[in-house]
Amino acid sequence: MSAIDNISFDHTELLRFITAGSVDDGKSTLIGRLLHDSKSIFEDQLSAITHTSHRRGMESVDLSLLTDGLQAEREQGITIDVAYRYFATPKRKFIIADTPGHEQYTRNMVTGASTANLAIILIDARKGLLTQSRRHAYLASLVGIPHLVVAVNKMDLVNYSRDVFERICKDFSTFAKGLKLNNIAYIPMSALNGDMVVERGDKLDWYEGMTLMDLLESVPIDHDINLEDFRFPVQWVCRPQTEELHDFRGYMGRIESGFISIGDAVKVLPSGLTSRIKEIVTYDGVVDDAVAPQSVTLTIEDHLDISRGDMLVKPVGVPVVTNEFDAMLCWLSEQSLDPRRKYLVKHTTRTVKALISRIDYRVDVNTLNHEAADTLKMNDIGRVSLKVHQPLACDPYQRNHATGSFIVIDEVNNNTVAAGMICPAKD
Amino acid sequence: MEILNEMEESVSPDPGFVTKTEPVAIKRRIARHLGHLDALESEAIHIMREVAAECANPALLFSGGKDSIVMLRLAEKAFRPGRFPFPLLHVDTGHNFPEVIEFRDRRVKQLGERLIVRSMEDSIRQGRVVLRSENQSRNPFQSVTLLDAIAEFCFDACIGGARRDEEKARAKERIFSFRDEFGQWDPKNQRPELWDIYNTRVHPGENIRVFPISNWTELDVWEYIAREELEVPHIYFAHTRDVIRRGTGLLPLSHLVQPVEGEKVENLMVRFRTVGDMSCTCPVESSAVNVGEIITETAITRITERGATRMDDQTSDASMERRKKEGYF
Repeated sequence: MSAIDNISFDHTELLRFITAGSVDDGKSTLIGRLLHDSKSIFEDQLSAITHTSHRRGMESVDLSLLTDGLQAEREQGITIDVAYRYFATPKRKFIIADTPGHEQYTRNMVTGASTANLAIILIDARKGLLTQSRRHAYLASLVGIPHLVVAVNKMDLVNYSRDVFERICKDFSTFAKGLKLNNIAYIPMSALNGDMVVERGDKLDWYEGMTLMDLLESVPIDHDINLEDFRFPVQWVCRPQTEELHDFRGYMGRIESGFISIGDAVKVLPSGLTSRIKEIVTYDGVVDDAVAPQSVTLTIEDHLDISRGDMLVKPVGVPVVTNEFDAMLCWLSEQSLDPRRKYLVKHTTRTVKALISRIDYRVDVNTLNHEAADTLKMNDIGRVSLKVHQPLACDPYQRNHATGSFIVIDEVNNNTVAAGMICPAKD
Repeated sequence: MEILNEMEESVSPDPGFVTKTEPVAIKRRIARHLGHLDALESEAIHIMREVAAECANPALLFSGGKDSIVMLRLAEKAFRPGRFPFPLLHVDTGHNFPEVIEFRDRRVKQLGERLIVRSMEDSIRQGRVVLRSENQSRNPFQSVTLLDAIAEFCFDACIGGARRDEEKARAKERIFSFRDEFGQWDPKNQRPELWDIYNTRVHPGENIRVFPISNWTELDVWEYIAREELEVPHIYFAHTRDVIRRGTGLLPLSHLVQPVEGEKVENLMVRFRTVGDMSCTCPVESSAVNVGEIITETAITRITERGATRMDDQTSDASMERRKKEGYF
């Protein structure tokens, strides 16, 4: 039997996850173990790290070397925020956003988490729930990662004690309740020895739940996307103006959430004009309906003035079109927020000038207390009020990640300085 | 402990929401139709449209290799029935496999799009590139010709088919990768990239490299080629060829590569996994004569694409990282 018979490619789902934890928690070892035991390490990679392990005087292969950094990182003792790694099993294809766990952690984790379906929070069984674990849980809730796995690692160093595991689970669960985090799975493991990562091992017989890999392969992710609210930010207007397509005017973009069918009524934001969907055009032909996250081209019945930055929605359950909104902001830049300055906000396909008119509070990510603040520094998270030059079609981030998120750009040096998540409008 | 903030307040769905199709039915349809290739394809189309809309003067790099063949199909999916809103650009090392160049020209003609070719031979003639020897690998020097072309046409964005699974320096590179006025990549000073909101802004003279298939693996590329029934140059399929065993790899015999003392020429059944500079691109032994068989081999292969096929990436642990900092793709 050839390999292709037992690997089904056609309907493989894509799961993106992030690992939160520091090197001390065994994060690199865990990733190495996942890749190694799922047979995703190539021979030339394995021989390279075997060679390095021996050169450094180690007896067994150090799997954490697989995620070793670049020359620039080693030389300067810095870590680059996110590295992406890929592996696949017959059931799913995986993308790991691997973020280093040193300083700058908030910035790194928010960046990696923004596209993740799932986060693995690593806890050292000997140390239990630390401030750091609380911070990771808070950030996961802030960025709205749908699924959380608490991996209680280094169980080999606590004699695989069930009591230790259960105490940590209880602590975490009490804490998580306050964050309204749902969908939490707890797994005891030893990444070093491979227990409960891909293989079950024979030391954790008292644990009846899934291994980490079983869980990654089976956690349902098709509900992660908002299918209720149709949101179509226009990216590009297609006007071929050829002889046979003289009057073709197609609005190109990606369905960020929801779905659309031919004949559906649509509203154009911010203008508020309405029309109906005439055709849904793709390279592979016209189709009757399309769903998120497909990229398609839409034509409408009426001649309306629509351009990039506008958004097509269905007339019921529309986003709020506004010049002022509140948001949670994660500051990413070494240059602190300057409330006197104008910034640019890029929200879906629209970029507008913005003023951060007020800082409500800064969150102490360790205690989660709110503090008064007159600026936000790198890695700070705070609630702010923004005023934008042109109206944006906003949904609360919690309801719709695509239309509730934005980035802040420094107009002078063009850097991305903050990530924003829109709060529900106040009544 | 005061931990609640407004982000965590629950929002109830709009009660007035009416649809003619039940969401459940739609969900089933998603489960049926949208696999990982659809997700990757849609992401790539979205990225290409962002470049077209936000950059003043982009170009799409096309070499005739499998990744750039996939890129052309994605561009068709992104912009048809319109024309591509950018020209194609090939940086010609002069060390090409003739089949690939023939394929490149035929494909461009089929598409009816504009191709710009800038050649390293010209850079060498102008003294912009100085080689140690005539037959030396030209991969490292592509950057010079590429940067010259960027300057000549004032391109502010170059779209390329690089993937993060290829190499560890690529694994840490953004989808929109900012380059300074010398075309250099600064790994520790990259712009944070969140969700799929891309910062495309540059000052005059600076540019960005955009990698729409960053999240694809070698296997994804072949599966997509199979699904889309894309034609690829014949040298990707197993064929008999005169090769020389050198180090851990095989090198194709050509006017650039001749046996040195102690080496002998063998005639083996091989295929290429990449088609780059002929002097350093190694074929692998294979019997895969069609895309399906290549997918099977790729799914079970135990050696990375670059590990198997690029002599120049093996020279040092950090060779790709160094080349990228110098402006390489």
